[in-house]
Formats: sequence, C-alpha cells, structure tokens
Amino acid sequence: MENRALRLIATNPVDALARTVEALLVVASAPLSVDELAEAAADDVERIETALGLVGDRYREGRSGIVLEQVAGGYAFRAAREAAEACARLFERPVERGLSQAALETVAIVAYLGPVSRPEIARIRGVAADSAVASLVERGLIAEAGRESGPGGAVRYRVTALFERVFGLESLGALPRLDDLGDDTEAIRERLHAIAEARAS
Amino acid sequence: MLSPVHDLELDLDAFAGPFDLLLTLLLKEELDPAEIDMAGIVVAFVERLAERNELDLDACGEFLVLFAGLLELKARGLFPDEALELDELEPEEAAEELARRLAEYRRMKEAATWLAERLASGRDRFFRLGPAPLAPRVERQLAAQDPAALATALRALAVEPPSVSVAHMALRFPPVSQFVDRFRSLLRTRRRFDFDTEVAGLSRIEQAVAFLALLELRKAGEIALSQAAPFAPIRVGRGTDRMTTETTDEEGIQQWRTVRSA
Repeated sequence: MENRALRLIATNPVDALARTVEALLVVASAPLSVDELAEAAADDVERIETALGLVGDRYREGRSGIVLEQVAGGYAFRAAREAAEACARLFERPVERGLSQAALETVAIVAYLGPVSRPEIARIRGVAADSAVASLVERGLIAEAGRESGPGGAVRYRVTALFERVFGLESLGALPRLDDLGDDTEAIRERLHAIAEARAS
Repeated sequence: MLSPVHDLELDLDAFAGPFDLLLTLLLKEELDPAEIDMAGIVVAFVERLAERNELDLDACGEFLVLFAGLLELKARGLFPDEALELDELEPEEAAEELARRLAEYRRMKEAATWLAERLASGRDRFFRLGPAPLAPRVERQLAAQDPAALATALRALAVEPPSVSVAHMALRFPPVSQFVDRFRSLLRTRRRFDFDTEVAGLSRIEQAVAFLALLELRKAGEIALSQAAPFAPIRVGRGTDRMTTETTDEEGIQQWRTVRSA
C-alpha cells in the first residue's frame, strides 16, 4: 500500500509524454511547433505544453549540455552556452559566416517588408540587390514567396524559419519596431534643409 | 602612349577588363549598369593617376564626363519609373519624398545593425542544422470554380477543327513534251494555227504548260510567233515559213506600230 502511494507521488502524469516530446525534438532538424508535436504524439495541445514545461526544466542552462529553446515559432534543442567553445572547435557556422553588410541590410528589408521583390529592395538600398539576394537564398535565410501581380511580375522573397533560428528569434514579432529604429523623417528633412542652406550661403 | 582613361584596367565583381570595353558593353546593354561598382572605378582611376605621378587634367576631365554619364545610366537603371514620378513633384514635395526614403533606408540600416548585434551576441548558440529547410509553400489562390463552366470551356475546345484543303497537292503538271509533240504535228498538217484557239478549253495549268512548249519550240527555231497587239491572239507558224518568221519579233513590232499609226 505504501509502495503504491510513493509511486504516485514520484510519477508525473505527463512524464511519458515528455519523453516522447524529447524524442521528437531530438530527431527534428528544425523547430517543432506545439501543434506539430501534438499531431506527432497524438495528444492534445495542453498536455504537450505541460510536457514541454517538464522538458524545458530538465534541459536548461547550468543543468544540462542540451538546452530547450523557443525559437522560430517552435521548440528546438541547442547546445548549452558553456559548451560553445568546444562546439566552435568542432563545427562551423556556414549560414551566418561572412554575412556582408549588404546581405544584412537586404535580409532586414525582407524580414520587415516581406514578401518583397528585388526591385523594391534595390529602391530602398539604392543599389542592385541581385548578389545579396542570391547569397541569402543560397544560405537558406530567405526564400521565394510568389510573384508580384501582373504579367511578368518580379519574384518576391520572405525570410525562412532558419532566419529566425539563426538570429534566435521566437518569431518575426520579436524584431524591434521599425518606428524605434533610425531617425524619423522630420529629423532627416531638417538636416537636408540645413545642408541646402549651407550650400546656398 | 596609353590613355589613362580608356586603357584603365578594371577588376570589379561584375567586370574585369579595360574601361573602354566596359563603356562599350554598357552602351550595347550587354551589361547591367546597376551591377557595376562605381566607387571601384574611381579608386582604379585614382590609383592609375598616382602611379603616373603627374596630374593629367585632360584625362581627369575626360574621366569626369564619362563617369558622370555612367552614374546617370546607373541611376536610371535603378529607378526607371521613379525618375518620372519625381520629375512631376514640386521641389518641396521632392525634398519630402527624398527625406522619407532616406528615413526608410536609415531604419533598415539600423535594423541590419540590430541583426548583426544579435548574431554577435548569439555566437555561443550552437544548434543542429539538418538538411536545408523546406522552402515555404507558395499559396496559390484560385477563385471557386464551377465544374459546369469548366465542362463548357472544354467542350468549346473539343470542337472538331475545320478540315484543311489539300486540293493544291493534287495538281498535276502535264509534260511540256506532250504539247511540243502536239504543236509539231499540227504544223505538219497546217502552215499556221492560232494558239488561243488550240488551248481553249484546257485548264489554266495546261495552258501555261502549252505556252512553255511554245517558247521551247521558238527557242529551237522550229516555229515563228506573231501577235498583232498585246493580248491579241498568238499566231504560230512554221519556222521555215520565211514570211512569218520575218514578221516576228522586231519587224513584227514595227509592222504593228505602222498599223496602229495608220
């Protein structure tokens, strides 16, 4: 009788499900959403979230070499930060290695304004975006997302889940608001007028 | 002596070779000006000037003119339609538009900086990358379709096409020799005959072949031809018929002219 009571206390009802979730995350090559986990585990969403809580508690910084993180609209395992140096000696980071300023500006435009076409990117940056776009597509950070309307419409691009993962974003909603970035139009206009007046005088 | 401008050797991402070849390719539209790194050209020119260790004002002037043209080409290539839009704006509106665009670019530049910092701070984040992620599926939005309308459209396409006439393929040309023999036998029994009367009732093709036979015989000197006036009946006589032969060609024409003038 006593044994039975002890076993009930020690066993969490979603323990088995947590182990299944853990297994699914190990075999996945990309973050899995709660819905995907629920479908694969043939269980309901609330129980999956509870199981994720358990897994997250088990795999966290300082407790395990593997850490569960919420990224790119789902959940995925990554290496613990304390193992980063060892990982760096063994692995490269091909996706983000050598990302140029042009590529960063281009991916920022696609992230904020996507789906967006190359001519639109060129209009904002003031230079052709062909090579930057090709490089980002090759790295898997952006992908085609249809064409502009009308005959012969330009291909439009949007960022991929890999972009969110590489930049450690839970979703695109985690990007800072555009209004909080850069000078506002008023400040730039005033500066333009000041330059024009200086040249005229 | 090498021209410091035209023989300027360039080594850009999109082009490697002399400057005048670059100009030629751009003017022939075999190279997109938007792809050319303009600053790279300036750097190459300044380096060339520095190597020569003398200030060649003529070369500088020539370079400036050519380079200004290149810049304009590139600007037009980058903003083909917007140049027109900006032309239509009042100066204040244009300044406003410029400020708006600069602000837009500045925000994107800041966003790029934010992303770069994010990358730098995440250098100790290692994760497993499996195969390349699947490309997002492009959503094809189709309007609701009515099967009956589709069937009607297909029925319209499934109509038997109109039959093509191949009658012309059945055309048969009788041999010229057939008419050559026929005219020869005619002239053996008669001194002369009327071509139009002989071929009356034949098809257009047969008449044409008969006329070719006539020309063959005339070329061989076997017959003489005469015609009182254009489109008048063609008279055919034996080649040995002195009178008829003499009345052919130039003399015949002369006679005809005399008849007309009389």
